[in-house]
Amino acid sequence: MKNSLGKEIPESIEGLGKLIPYTGAWGLQDRLDEVKLVPVPAKARKPHYDKTCANLEEAIKKSQPFNGMCVSFHHHLRGGDQLIIQAMEIFKKLGIKDICIASSSLTTAHDCLVPFVLDGTITKIFSSGIRGELGRTVSEGALPNPIVIHSHGGRARAIKEGRIKIDIAILAAAAADNEGNATGQHGPSAFGSMGYGMIDAQYAKNTIIVTDNMVEFPCVPASVPAHYVDFVTEIETIGDAKKIAGGTTRITKAPLDLKIAKMAADAIIATDYFKNGISFQVGAGGASLAVAKYIRKAMIEKEVQGSFLLGGVTSVCTDMLEEGLFKSIFDVQGFDAAVSSSLLNNPKHIEISSDQYASPMNSGAMTNKIDVVALGALEVDTDFNVNVITSSTGDIMGASGGHSDTAAGANLSIVVAPSFRGRLPIIVDKVMTVVTPGESVDLVVTERGICVNPLRKDLEKQLKEAGLWVRDIKELAKEVEEIVGKPAHVATTDKIIGVVEYRDGSIIDVIRQPKK
Amino acid sequence: MKIINKAQAGSFESSDILVMVEPSDAKGRNIEFSSTVGIQYGESILAEIHSVLDEMNVEDVQMIVNDKGALVPTIRARVETAITRGRGEQKGTLA
Repeated sequence: MKNSLGKEIPESIEGLGKLIPYTGAWGLQDRLDEVKLVPVPAKARKPHYDKTCANLEEAIKKSQPFNGMCVSFHHHLRGGDQLIIQAMEIFKKLGIKDICIASSSLTTAHDCLVPFVLDGTITKIFSSGIRGELGRTVSEGALPNPIVIHSHGGRARAIKEGRIKIDIAILAAAAADNEGNATGQHGPSAFGSMGYGMIDAQYAKNTIIVTDNMVEFPCVPASVPAHYVDFVTEIETIGDAKKIAGGTTRITKAPLDLKIAKMAADAIIATDYFKNGISFQVGAGGASLAVAKYIRKAMIEKEVQGSFLLGGVTSVCTDMLEEGLFKSIFDVQGFDAAVSSSLLNNPKHIEISSDQYASPMNSGAMTNKIDVVALGALEVDTDFNVNVITSSTGDIMGASGGHSDTAAGANLSIVVAPSFRGRLPIIVDKVMTVVTPGESVDLVVTERGICVNPLRKDLEKQLKEAGLWVRDIKELAKEVEEIVGKPAHVATTDKIIGVVEYRDGSIIDVIRQPKK
Repeated sequence: MKIINKAQAGSFESSDILVMVEPSDAKGRNIEFSSTVGIQYGESILAEIHSVLDEMNVEDVQMIVNDKGALVPTIRARVETAITRGRGEQKGTLA
């Protein structure tokens, strides 16, 4: 069957069941309001029950692991994570096979999982993203079931409606007490918000809190509260502190990124959204983060007072909070050490779950409240569809993240990207894989001009009146092709190695194995 | 005109191409080629290289080419410069 973007989607996939084709950014809105949520597991305990376990192996054994179960993790330790590998080694030692990994995302720290995929310990993966050797291994078709790529909001939805049914959640904490009150905000391995793990703790049949910093009861704040937790254990290390969150985040000095960021900021300032009460989200690096630099300057000059910042938070955001440019930050994930201490010390810096951040089934979702978001892209096509998941070699080598959630929710969603990168065109006729549908993208800003989605005539008028360089995206794609030459397409086999789930649970695209 | 010494042009930077040439005892053009955009542009890059070699009447050469997504004018310029240097013909301070 074909979805509304014309992508061929199988009716069902073994191991995943029936698939719902994507029908538009709000195509399943009615269904989402009626869907039956799975119950939160009951966790009755006798008085003075002891949750502490001598080590992770004991906690895992008490969680009664079985073949074919689903184990979840959060990715707040990013490139520094050392917990998933420790857990997998224990499962392997216990002879558990056919495991479904549901991690909020996977990073280059997870190359160590390759042997577990190859020997059948891991046979299914749900994740926002995947990179490095693990990405290449999955792209070579090593998993018997396709990887399911979801957005951060889509993952919260999937857990609440039982599409991801977590048997054991193994959640790293930078500090925890013996009841399982846990946080990422302080401790030697502080990582900031625990936003992606909160929903896992709530819905998992068994929730294990793992920390390298056991503190006296009560651990405050309780980002994950004790009443969701079954077992607590202390291990030597949850990860490499240097790779978890270092210092502060610097804005790029690359001239091309800065030029694009300046053009994007000029576009934002030219719209009606740039006024008192503006809310804003930027990415964690590159041109997307650099937009904040120019917005900050303009807010000071024009005396604009913002409402809230959202995200993916870097020290660039906490600086703006401290300067009083914004009144609050809603933080689902921190990127540097300065963010962790701001979250701990500033009451206006508020920790939120991925459910509150971006779920399409949550009436308080912050992405539904946001004015402006600046996002990156690997490819954008002339229908404004965005690819952030497959690389130029056709491998799964990126992350969906909050891209489609924020694009759908924001009043003004902007994609910033160079028009080509190392000869490869970024503005193309058709993206290899659609993650964010074009109907939810308003502007595409490149160094060769700003393209306005034809659905947004209002924006086109405002930008033109401000004298900005507005141009047709088809014309831009043609110009880029004349510069770089027409690329040969990456050939693929028929084998589906990945399924890209839109935030509402429908299938927006599938990823086929690249021919090597 | 023969290649008389080892020479190179270009760099390992993104959007550039590194071209190394050596005198060759064997007949013909032996080109070791790798590119970060080989899937998309491999054939056309090789065609550009041969086109420059044709124009410069290079018949026997040992070449190592490492491309990191250079545009066509860059590819042609780097090949031309490497050959010119290999022939000991480059004028100016950079020879």
